[in-house]
Amino acid sequence: MKLCITCVGKTLDSSVDPRFGRCGNFIFFDTDTGVFTAVENGNAQFPGGAGIQSAQAVIAQGAKAVFTGNIGPNAHRVLSAGGIEVFIGVAGTVQEAIEGYKNGRYTAAERPSVGEKSGMSAG
Amino acid sequence: MIIAIASGKGGTGKTTVAVNLALSLDNVQFLDCDVEEPNAHIFLKSHLSRAESAVIPVPEIDESKCTYCGTCRDVCAYHALAVVPASEGRKGSVLNFPHLCHGCGACRLLCPNGAIREVNKEIGRIEFGARDGMEFIHGRLNIGEAMSPPVIRQVKYYIKPARIVIIDAPPGTSCPVITAVKGSDFCILVTEPTPFGLNDLVLAVEVVRKLNIPCGVVINRADIGDGKVEAYCRSESIPVLMKIPFKREIAAWYSEGIPLVERDAAYRQTFINLYITICGIINETNSCC
Ligand code: SF4
Ligand code: SF4
Repeated sequence: MKLCITCVGKTLDSSVDPRFGRCGNFIFFDTDTGVFTAVENGNAQFPGGAGIQSAQAVIAQGAKAVFTGNIGPNAHRVLSAGGIEVFIGVAGTVQEAIEGYKNGRYTAAERPSVGEKSGMSAG
Repeated sequence: MIIAIASGKGGTGKTTVAVNLALSLDNVQFLDCDVEEPNAHIFLKSHLSRAESAVIPVPEIDESKCTYCGTCRDVCAYHALAVVPASEGRKGSVLNFPHLCHGCGACRLLCPNGAIREVNKEIGRIEFGARDGMEFIHGRLNIGEAMSPPVIRQVKYYIKPARIVIIDAPPGTSCPVITAVKGSDFCILVTEPTPFGLNDLVLAVEVVRKLNIPCGVVINRADIGDGKVEAYCRSESIPVLMKIPFKREIAAWYSEGIPLVERDAAYRQTFINLYITICGIINETNSCC
């Protein structure tokens, strides 16, 4: 199964990015093979719709679960429609997030954790 | 003749200038295009007698015709659509985010299966009124809506160029301002003589210059700051049309919703002179090109 973790960097020891739509990178990790790829988030600078576009990218990659800090309503709606489980409040490194998932540490979020545009930095 | 009153930021006295200019002239049509916070009617005490909806066409998807091809999502420049293809027994879906939609119609036009039709969505209200001989129109964006340009365009649809049209533009230097100011014969930029005022003025000047609209500056609270705004105007050959001093009573009247010219009749002549100066500049601009 393919997992998607929002990430500040591009390696398994970099930190989970707390933002979904405006995260730095997506790490796609295949639990069957242990292989991962890092994909830069090209949507981070969109003035609107970053979460929607990011959710579309996650679906296109075939991920089945998303691990991130917070998620807004639009992205949550798209991911849910794609049958993707969303795990929020995830922190630490990507590696820790993956292990946490394997140990059943997280429960999927039924609803968004933040309002729209909350991943936008000031200015 | 169309005169827009703009300012790089809010709270500089833009509406004060627009309202007092309008009250000093005859045959005025006043368009309040500051649709996120239309407040000129408070000062003009115009009686609002009629209203209509401001709408944009947003897509509605007939999923029985849709193949989840994703074209509509790909053509939408505003990310207002998401398409999730069917997989593993789950049916596909098209998700619509109408508050991001600009009503451009691209998705409907380019859907290969004719699965999209347009439905009107109300995003604001246009209200019409009058005061003495003045015609008054303003737009008001509904709470929670973000798309002010269509509301502004709908207000401007009613422009009567044979009158003196005064447009109170929204503050700032982005899309809504451009929509409001575009097509004007002249733009008055209201500013304050402070570093912030200057900073925002410079940005506003860039915008009106791009639109090829002659402009001039009104300095409000003219005696509180420094001389940098005037120095800038001199170096850029932008006329300083008028200076309004900082006076406690002006601020007090403002907070009570009383226009300057109604309390201090001498100001009426000042605003008439402002208008005459603007006419002179417009005539000069026209004759040299
Ligand atoms: S373009 Fe038309 S057919 Fe394709 S996904 Fe959009 S609505 Fe469906
Ligand atoms: S009308 Fe334009 S902005 Fe609205 S959803 Fe369709 S393509 Fe996007």
